[in-house]
Amino acid sequence: MSTTIDDDVTTETPPKPTKRQRQAANIADAASGGMKMLLLKLVALGILDAVAVYAVLVLAGFGQWIVAAVVAAVAALVNWIYFSRRKLPAKYLTPGIIFLVLFQVFVLVYTGYIAFTNYGTGHNGSKEQAVSSLMASSLQRVEDSPTYPVTVVDQLGTLGLLVTDPDGDAYVGTNDQPLEPVDAEFDGDKAVAVDGWTSLQFADVIARTDEITELAVPFSDDPNDGALRTPDGSSAYQYVSTLEYDEAAGTMTDVTTGTVYSDIGTGAFTSADGEELLPGWQITVGFDNFVRAVTDPRLAQPLVYVTLWTFAFALISVASTFFLGLFLAIVFNDMRMRGRRYYRVLMILPYAIPSFLSALIWAGMMNESFGFINQVLLGGASVPWLTDPWMAKVSVLIVNLWLGFPYMFLVCMGALQSIPDELQEAATVDGARPWAVFRLIKLPLLLVTVAPLLIASFAFNFNNFNTIYMLTDGGPRDSNAPIPVGFTDILITMVYKVAFTGQSRDYGLASAYSIIIFIIVAVISIIAFRRTKSLEELN
Amino acid sequence: MRVNKKGLLAAGAVAVVVTLGLAGCAGGDSGSDAEASSSGTLTVWVDAERVDALKGAAEAYTEKTGVDVELVGKDNADIKDDFIQQVPTGKGPDITMGAHDWLGELSTNGVVAPIELGDSAGDYLPVAIDASTYEGTTYMLPYAVENIAVLRNADLVPEAATSFDDMIAKGQAAGLAHPFVVEQGAEGNPYHLYPFQTAFGAPVFGTNDAGYDPTDLQLGSAGGEQFAAWLSAQGKNGTGNFNTDIDGDIAKQAFLDGTAAFWLTGPWNVGAAIDGGVNVAIDTVPSPTGEAAAPFAGVKGFFISSESKNKVAANDFLVNYLGTEDVQLELFEAGNILPALSAAAETASSDPIIEGFAAVGAEAVPMPAIPAMGSVWQYWGIAEADIINGADPTATWQKLTSDVQAAIDAK
Repeated sequence: MSTTIDDDVTTETPPKPTKRQRQAANIADAASGGMKMLLLKLVALGILDAVAVYAVLVLAGFGQWIVAAVVAAVAALVNWIYFSRRKLPAKYLTPGIIFLVLFQVFVLVYTGYIAFTNYGTGHNGSKEQAVSSLMASSLQRVEDSPTYPVTVVDQLGTLGLLVTDPDGDAYVGTNDQPLEPVDAEFDGDKAVAVDGWTSLQFADVIARTDEITELAVPFSDDPNDGALRTPDGSSAYQYVSTLEYDEAAGTMTDVTTGTVYSDIGTGAFTSADGEELLPGWQITVGFDNFVRAVTDPRLAQPLVYVTLWTFAFALISVASTFFLGLFLAIVFNDMRMRGRRYYRVLMILPYAIPSFLSALIWAGMMNESFGFINQVLLGGASVPWLTDPWMAKVSVLIVNLWLGFPYMFLVCMGALQSIPDELQEAATVDGARPWAVFRLIKLPLLLVTVAPLLIASFAFNFNNFNTIYMLTDGGPRDSNAPIPVGFTDILITMVYKVAFTGQSRDYGLASAYSIIIFIIVAVISIIAFRRTKSLEELN
Repeated sequence: MRVNKKGLLAAGAVAVVVTLGLAGCAGGDSGSDAEASSSGTLTVWVDAERVDALKGAAEAYTEKTGVDVELVGKDNADIKDDFIQQVPTGKGPDITMGAHDWLGELSTNGVVAPIELGDSAGDYLPVAIDASTYEGTTYMLPYAVENIAVLRNADLVPEAATSFDDMIAKGQAAGLAHPFVVEQGAEGNPYHLYPFQTAFGAPVFGTNDAGYDPTDLQLGSAGGEQFAAWLSAQGKNGTGNFNTDIDGDIAKQAFLDGTAAFWLTGPWNVGAAIDGGVNVAIDTVPSPTGEAAAPFAGVKGFFISSESKNKVAANDFLVNYLGTEDVQLELFEAGNILPALSAAAETASSDPIIEGFAAVGAEAVPMPAIPAMGSVWQYWGIAEADIINGADPTATWQKLTSDVQAAIDAK
């Protein structure tokens, strides 16, 4: 069909076209684009290409060849599609597909990838970075050694340090050449120039930062004296290193204790008795994270009751919001009710306030000694809304009901109005009582439209992070649990606590958990959708 | 059916442009960072509220050395995580502002470079230098020290309290429902209770030459259990001076309304109290035992990225420039917390509020930055909250100690 429309472009418009012909011509014109459309297309693609060219240049400059190639390929493809006359379906699909890949596929694939790595605190970068960071932090200033004023000097491209010692004598040395006394030109107390060497100005020092960071001038022929290094280009300090890296063997040796740390494939230099040097680096660990998520005794024990509560929370939330929403929808659908429009607006209000905010407000209102509910509504009672394990669960369900029923109300309202009134009339004529009419006719018809939404709502509540996090933060805490979980934590908030609170993050474990949760939700949804198909046979 | 294909096509084209535009922007940003690194520009991440305070210093530095300093205002809550994630990819800044208790995490992740303060180390408050040092290496240029103290409503209670009991008595004499408030919350708040705990001689960790010693957990010492017993007596089943239903907002409201005369809190709340028309005086934390009640000191400072291509300029900017009295005073005026440089701290102490906090700070100990502290935080508050709410103090405290020890051993 699309090709026929495209083909119409080339057919010449006959004189005195009929109305239908004019319409067809208009459609064809719109599809192919008239002059204005062509111009817009050119401008849009021009901007796009300019951006793409810029992005490719920048990425290439950064050495990100693969990404640059992908950007170039996508840009070329987009140009080809939009300049071609015969790619109408692709013209519609391309933007969507690009968004899909960018925002969905990439995120999923990346989460999957992280789940198989040890990415987290202490395993954050590459091995080279770990080595250089360990070497940098192993440098220790020789105790009670003085500050040496220095000038960075250059001889045929080799950098050296012109050092003034506390006695006022000048020395010069390089990476390979220990300090030697020289006759230097002084500016005040500081040696600033020496024959045969060029003194660097501050701008030159900045420009050659990399070399200067590497510059370590041996203090004497004895390596135990350490080396002079200058962090800022104007003063140097005498450092010794406590770690030594053997690149060939891939081992780190602690010079002071003689302990050898080697790379045993766990992503960190590890000594024979299991002590790790951190930072380590990122490696892939296979299914370790998944195995740990279900077998680590610290995590597995709370996992069971958190999972049970998650199911209870999601199911009860869906059921309670649905029935309250349905009840209100039926009530407000009744013609005898006056001022329905205003009530309806009132009903939608909870839906209009961000759940983040309202959960916080509820938390304040449910405060045991100072909250509005206890103090004002209950006249000073001390109901432990959020501090008793069972009451906290009830509170979470109440608040989630308050947050969720307007949605169900709206949905049921629409669904109810789509059920023809004749059905009810016919049933009433046949002598059915209202409850039987509702139970046997309206509810099944309603479920046909609403069931998929209930499943979606279950999936949403299964991961309803906002309500739990802002209302109770999972509390009250279970002080017997080995990890900081509470009695109202659901899976997603527990994962958040395990992976992201405290001073150690574990992105790998968190990704593994989120994949497990995804599988649970997906399986339940698939089964539920299969079952609801039987409902559709009613229609 | 007529379909407005022009519109659709235009929308599609716009969508594609936007998509690639976004991709281009993402690439463009990192690109400018890379260029910046090679041409002598220092990128500095700063808490958004302090950008203006640093602007003058940055401009003056550029004038003096020709090195551009680009200040990027960041939301304080994101700085640490963004820094840890971006540095290994080579995209992070050269310098970031931060707090000393990030140090363990930053160092474990290998994203910070050591800083040599040289002879200027002696010019800083000792607590600032201690806090900037992790396992014997200095990683941070300190600029401010903050700690909690007792804010007193001088109109209600004209004289400072000499001890904890005296404070309660003075408050009750003034006819108040809550003589004293401190922020707690359902999960406790050990940071605000720590001064009382130290008064019983129970710090969290012992110390050695390199700073806090994670293998020496002092939490469970005899003093710890005495503190637990005292806390229980001040809780729900006792005097009720501590209440986990009081969170930060409720405590603040009580003090501003004049229903509480004493408020244990930090300098960050002084502005609100003064704006609220309260005649505020700053007192040391009244001790329940006679021993000094020492709060934690939090030290703020600047870190250099381990992947910075501009280490020389970064070191020069921090040590020789931000470490000067003028700049420290400028930062002080923006944040109103005590400068870390002794000379600047002295100048700033002409303000009675700052002087009050500085006097308490003289007793303060740096909050441990060692990663083992993470294992303490996750149990500490909840145990204290349980004790306040009537749990058996000795048993709860012993369980806290064994839980913390187990968590540290498991790491």
